[in-house]
Amino acid sequence: MKKLLIALVTLVPSLVFAADPAVPLDKAEVDLHDKASLQRGAQLYMNYCLGCHQLEYHRYNRTFEDIGIPQELGEKHLQFTGDKAGDLITNNMNSDSAANWFGTAVPDLTNVARVRGADWIYTYLRSFYKDESRPFGVNNAVFPNVGMPHVLEELQGLPEKTYEERMIDGEMKEVYVGLKSDGSGRLSESEYDQAMLDLTAFLVYTGEPMLLEQRRTGWFVFGFLLVFTVLAWLLKKEFWKDLK
Amino acid sequence: MFKRFVEWMDARIPMTKTWNIHLAQYPAPKNFNMWYVFGFLATIVLVNQILTGIWLTMNYVPSADGAFASVEYIMRDVEYGWLLRYMHSTGASAFFVVVYLHMFRGMMYGSYQKPRELIWLFGMFIFLVLMAEAFMGYLLPWGQMSYWGAQVIISLFGAIPVIGDDLTLWIRGDYVISGATLNRFFALHVIALPLVLVILVFLHIVALHEVGSNNPDGVDTKKPKGSVPDEEKPKFKFHERFTNKKDVVDSIPFYPYYILKDLFGFSIFLFFFCYVIFFNPEMGGFFLEPPNFEPANPLKTPEHIAPVWYFTPFYAILRAVPDKLFGVILMFAAIVFLALLPWLDRGRVRSIRYRSLLHKLNLTVFAISFVVLGYLGTQPATPVATVFAQIFTFLYFAFFGLLWFYSKREKTKPVPERVTSK
Repeated sequence: MKKLLIALVTLVPSLVFAADPAVPLDKAEVDLHDKASLQRGAQLYMNYCLGCHQLEYHRYNRTFEDIGIPQELGEKHLQFTGDKAGDLITNNMNSDSAANWFGTAVPDLTNVARVRGADWIYTYLRSFYKDESRPFGVNNAVFPNVGMPHVLEELQGLPEKTYEERMIDGEMKEVYVGLKSDGSGRLSESEYDQAMLDLTAFLVYTGEPMLLEQRRTGWFVFGFLLVFTVLAWLLKKEFWKDLK
Repeated sequence: MFKRFVEWMDARIPMTKTWNIHLAQYPAPKNFNMWYVFGFLATIVLVNQILTGIWLTMNYVPSADGAFASVEYIMRDVEYGWLLRYMHSTGASAFFVVVYLHMFRGMMYGSYQKPRELIWLFGMFIFLVLMAEAFMGYLLPWGQMSYWGAQVIISLFGAIPVIGDDLTLWIRGDYVISGATLNRFFALHVIALPLVLVILVFLHIVALHEVGSNNPDGVDTKKPKGSVPDEEKPKFKFHERFTNKKDVVDSIPFYPYYILKDLFGFSIFLFFFCYVIFFNPEMGGFFLEPPNFEPANPLKTPEHIAPVWYFTPFYAILRAVPDKLFGVILMFAAIVFLALLPWLDRGRVRSIRYRSLLHKLNLTVFAISFVVLGYLGTQPATPVATVFAQIFTFLYFAFFGLLWFYSKREKTKPVPERVTSK
């Protein structure tokens, strides 16, 4: 036990610095009112992500209702696993096999936006690049040595790290300037960015499906509080008049 | 009809009498300022925690397999479950906010001094139980921080010589934190500790109502019987329990005056409380830590383990000391010294208004140290941060040492006979 604590105390400071992402994160301008965006995100998720990553705390019918997809359409086009509408969004992947295939358990993504933040997801999805040294031939600038393949390669193509010759201190040096796709994907760069914003928005939604209701309720509560506070103040003043 | 009902009740239980003694004819000094609202707020938050807690328990599953999923079930599938959960999680932090301010009020106006030592001690026990209650409650969502935070805190007991390892084993009920730990923490969190807490709060108030409240001037509002001329006595009828042996001055009945004032204070508090619940339940990671939205994983240590903000001052003191056992001792000493305040302060003047400049400075430095330590406790322990933690740990304890030293012969200002406000 003591060893564990010593390990924790010594590891903690060094790991904290590792927590900073290797690249600055791009801002994800997620709009949860944009149902079309959420629907496109759901479509991407069910087609490309759900094969491995479950949303095991969230339900199909709740999703369809919240993002404005009619139940029959949702069941027909977005439910591939033979589950019922009221079921949780799971897959049939065996987690032991997954650990074998990828070297690690495949994380559930229901709450990923609450753990990592929307900006992280948005940047991560656009940061895969070619790296022959990795088992799947790709690496990720935000998540170094990530265990998953670039599932969206058919959409984005395969980006590579690009360098530029620049004059620094009188010497020509190669400077890393970012990732550039080889153009083999079906989407243009801006289309891919939009698609990833949609996917990010969908994951922000699954992390906090109550968010819009929560904000709306909040404004009503504030309205009530305003009235309540004024009345409480007047009532107090009325009674305290006697003390003068 | 109503009158007959009251008579029927009063003949069988002291209903009206209790109402009068503790509310309608209870004399409270008339010069309370806004610092005096936090006791009322603490009571309200306690009620909030108990009520939302009961409803959360209806859907929570206390097992290592089911806990995390059941919290998500509450957040997603239970009608207004998210509201109950956020009220409870925000309430936990709010509890410490109001309790820390309540304690600071007591320190400013010398409310711990004779004859209120026992009130202060009951309060310190409430604080201790509250910390245990919050710590055990934080394990229940079974997220990463729940798990690893508990791991770190429980392992502190391992620093105790000889019995340490057996003690941690006994607390956990297992060699690591597991379902067994979760189940016992659940039992302690939902019934054992709340019961103790409610009893202690009851005793805190019984003791308070025996001696009466202090006030911002720190002067007695209960004078020797017969020393106050009739025209200076308040026009209110106070219960004979209070007027039999003393002359009560400068006081007003708690009900309706302070109830209404507290109600207004409560509505201001609600603005802050509701802002967090509806617009910022994570409060930037201070009230709900992001890694806690990931289920507990005994094989994966989070990058940075930090306790929730209300423990961080004490956590910073712990980490400031290189030796683990001494760190643990110092951390508990930080609370023990607070509890001993009625005896460490040898002064006769209660309120900071009439105490020396040295005392004002000392208390200010103490408050700043507490806040800085709280901040440092949230940060990684870099060498620089550790040096700062050591400095402010020293200042934290220096408060008590200095107080003991100067309070005996402190140069105080003249204290007025009667309270000073309008």
